[in-house]
Amino acid sequence: MLEFILAAVRAAIPAGTPLLYGTLGEVYAERSGVLNLGVEGMMIMGAVSGFAVAQTTGSAGLGILAAAIVGGLLALIHAFASITLRVNQVVSGLALTMLGLGISGMIGKKFVGQPLAARLQPIHIPGLSDLPILGELLFKFDIMVYLGILLVPALWFVLYKTRIGVTLRSVGENPSAADALGVNVAFVRYAAVAFGGMMAGIGGAYLSISYAPAWIEGMTAGAGWIVVALTIFAIWDPRRALLGAYLFGGVRVLQFRLQPLGVSPNLLNMLPFILTILVLWLSSGQAAKRRIGAPAALMTAYSREER
Amino acid sequence: MTSALPESQATVILRGIVKRFPGVTANNGANLEVRKGEIHALLGENGAGKTSLMNVLYGIYHPDEGEIWVNGQKVTIHSPQDAIRLGIGMIHQQYRLVQTHSVTENVVLGLKEYFFFPEKAARAHILELAEKYGMKMDPDARIWQLSAGEQQRVEILKALYRGVKILIMDEPTAMLTPGEAMELLHILRRMTAEGLTVIFITHKLEEVVEVSNRVTVMRQGKSITTLETTKTTQSELAQLMVGRDVLFHLDKKAVEAGADVLKVERLNVMNDKGLPAVVDLSLDVRAGEIFGIAGVSGNGQRELVEAVTGLRPISGGRIIVNGQDITQSPPRARIKSGIGFVPGERWMALIPGMSVADNMILKNYARPPIGNGPLLDREAVAAHTESLIKEYAISTPDRHTPIKRLSGGNIQRALLAREISEKPSLLIVAQPTSGLDVGATETIWNLLLEERARGAAVLLISDDLKEALALSDRLAVIFEGQIMGQFAAREANLEHIGLMMAGALRPGLAAAKDNSTAGESA
Repeated sequence: MLEFILAAVRAAIPAGTPLLYGTLGEVYAERSGVLNLGVEGMMIMGAVSGFAVAQTTGSAGLGILAAAIVGGLLALIHAFASITLRVNQVVSGLALTMLGLGISGMIGKKFVGQPLAARLQPIHIPGLSDLPILGELLFKFDIMVYLGILLVPALWFVLYKTRIGVTLRSVGENPSAADALGVNVAFVRYAAVAFGGMMAGIGGAYLSISYAPAWIEGMTAGAGWIVVALTIFAIWDPRRALLGAYLFGGVRVLQFRLQPLGVSPNLLNMLPFILTILVLWLSSGQAAKRRIGAPAALMTAYSREER
Repeated sequence: MTSALPESQATVILRGIVKRFPGVTANNGANLEVRKGEIHALLGENGAGKTSLMNVLYGIYHPDEGEIWVNGQKVTIHSPQDAIRLGIGMIHQQYRLVQTHSVTENVVLGLKEYFFFPEKAARAHILELAEKYGMKMDPDARIWQLSAGEQQRVEILKALYRGVKILIMDEPTAMLTPGEAMELLHILRRMTAEGLTVIFITHKLEEVVEVSNRVTVMRQGKSITTLETTKTTQSELAQLMVGRDVLFHLDKKAVEAGADVLKVERLNVMNDKGLPAVVDLSLDVRAGEIFGIAGVSGNGQRELVEAVTGLRPISGGRIIVNGQDITQSPPRARIKSGIGFVPGERWMALIPGMSVADNMILKNYARPPIGNGPLLDREAVAAHTESLIKEYAISTPDRHTPIKRLSGGNIQRALLAREISEKPSLLIVAQPTSGLDVGATETIWNLLLEERARGAAVLLISDDLKEALALSDRLAVIFEGQIMGQFAAREANLEHIGLMMAGALRPGLAAAKDNSTAGESA
């Protein structure tokens, strides 16, 4: 039994890592007041472009970089539509998801079934990795897992302790207040949305370069949607994003672990989404209690004339 | 060309400011001279052009004509940032604060000289400023936790933090409790003692007398005069503000008032914040008369109207229309009992993106001839709309045009046309001519007088005293949700009305005051 739990935890962290990147990015985008429902599309595009670049260049690092760029560029489409053209953010985001799912299938055709040569290797941390049980449990991962964890305090610090963070949050809460004090609202939103796209791209690339590591059409399998829900679960706070991402990683792993025990695979496939609904329900009550909800200007386009 | 330099005493001089908007002239040659270290009140009725003039000084509006001088230099102010650079700050009636953020975060927002959030330094500086000007302030409190008065102090701190020397405040006491208003006045005195200058927009006479050093009275976009506060009285100011000479007279036929149509008995209504907005208010409106309610906006007029039309629950009292108790009736039943309603906020009664025709049938679509079972009779809709357009001279390209594209006067005419065509026995009209030019105002007034002649009871709510006096048969003045006095409009004493609107003359006191001034005015 202990072994079962240990193995589940060991597997939950890599499984949660793509969710963590995606959620951290979406937290920033939504903090600026822009909801991006295109996460699924940006993740799958990150996955396919990351795999393609890593496979052709033989460098996993270049693959991840490419995925970040692709995710960022896709997000800029959404930014242009929702910030400059002031199109409904839901419609524009959904379009992005469908676009991403379609294009990735097309680009990825020739990579289907190829094993990745340039995969990420677990890094050995002298001392820590050699610890009994704990070393096995926590210190046998690749660089992207640790980077994701390190990003959590870093992004939290930026959000709450720097000028960038105050500006970003103000733009998402009350853009006219920010505008009146000389903040360029559109620029801040573009930057936040692009950052969110880059993070989603990296999350997708982690799936195809490290977690799988292979390209399978539609391999994100709803991870992008879980990211959107996790952003709410996290109450737009990077620290809670970490907790949520690993929790959902654990659920994913459970799907594989429970299947041999005779639990219906259909039921297990529903698990992450049942948990999503449950989490949204619970966190909505909690958020209300703390009087911290969604950024007040979330989903509202800003125009100075319509003050 | 003016070659003479302005007096060295004056820190701000506005000369001949003209600001036009399509259809409206907000400022028409307004002058203002503010001395360093004074509290300067800018007094006038709603729409007198006070806020517009200050928006010019703060760089939100660009004047069509006129000059601005700040500290002896002629300046052009393009934006609020320019104004702040010149040491001018402005606090609007609507605070611009991020509700979920702390006081400190709100104060430092937009400052470019730091990267890391200078929490300690900023907090220390805020506390220092707060103490200097006698404000209690917790820099870590979230805005939503603060009262209106405290939020206002955050706005003041935002200005002080940026080194503002001249602070413009638009109706600063409008949202405050009396206690908070007193505190604010103390803070303002401390600020001027430190050499800051305050420009204070208000229409409350009491405040002018209590706090200002000098006062400039505005009326119809022009500055009328500037007086030393100590050398004037509330009654003189009231007269200047209202402008006895500009009252115009309408051709008002005598109509015999009939039976009571609306009876409101000891009505109590809460506002959105759950505070009493209408307190023990009673009134009655008879058939064939216009009953006017005058008063500064925000004194319970909106809540009163919404309570009578069924849009807001009441906490006590009774509402009777045509002898029928409708206190518990839903809005549709009240419409059936004969209430027509033209709200002050037009988009409450019209749907901007829908066509003129669709808006015209919003009240009668459910019954013949317009409604035919579940279907609409499009021909009947067309006929109905075309006849209204013709009868009320609504100027629109055609009946399919979205109503929001019409001019303000035509939108208001269309709305009145819809309500009047239902032949209501009680017509409730709020701010019927706000934002309209003289011509449009006249047609609306005549429509209301026609309704009165038809025998409808008209309840008119207006911030515009001129309008209330011109149209009403009987007039009541509302202040803080209470009727301060009620009289035949013919016998109205402007001075008394001005004092009642400002809350300076309360019921009971009115009678005594009447006797003392009767001799003078005779």
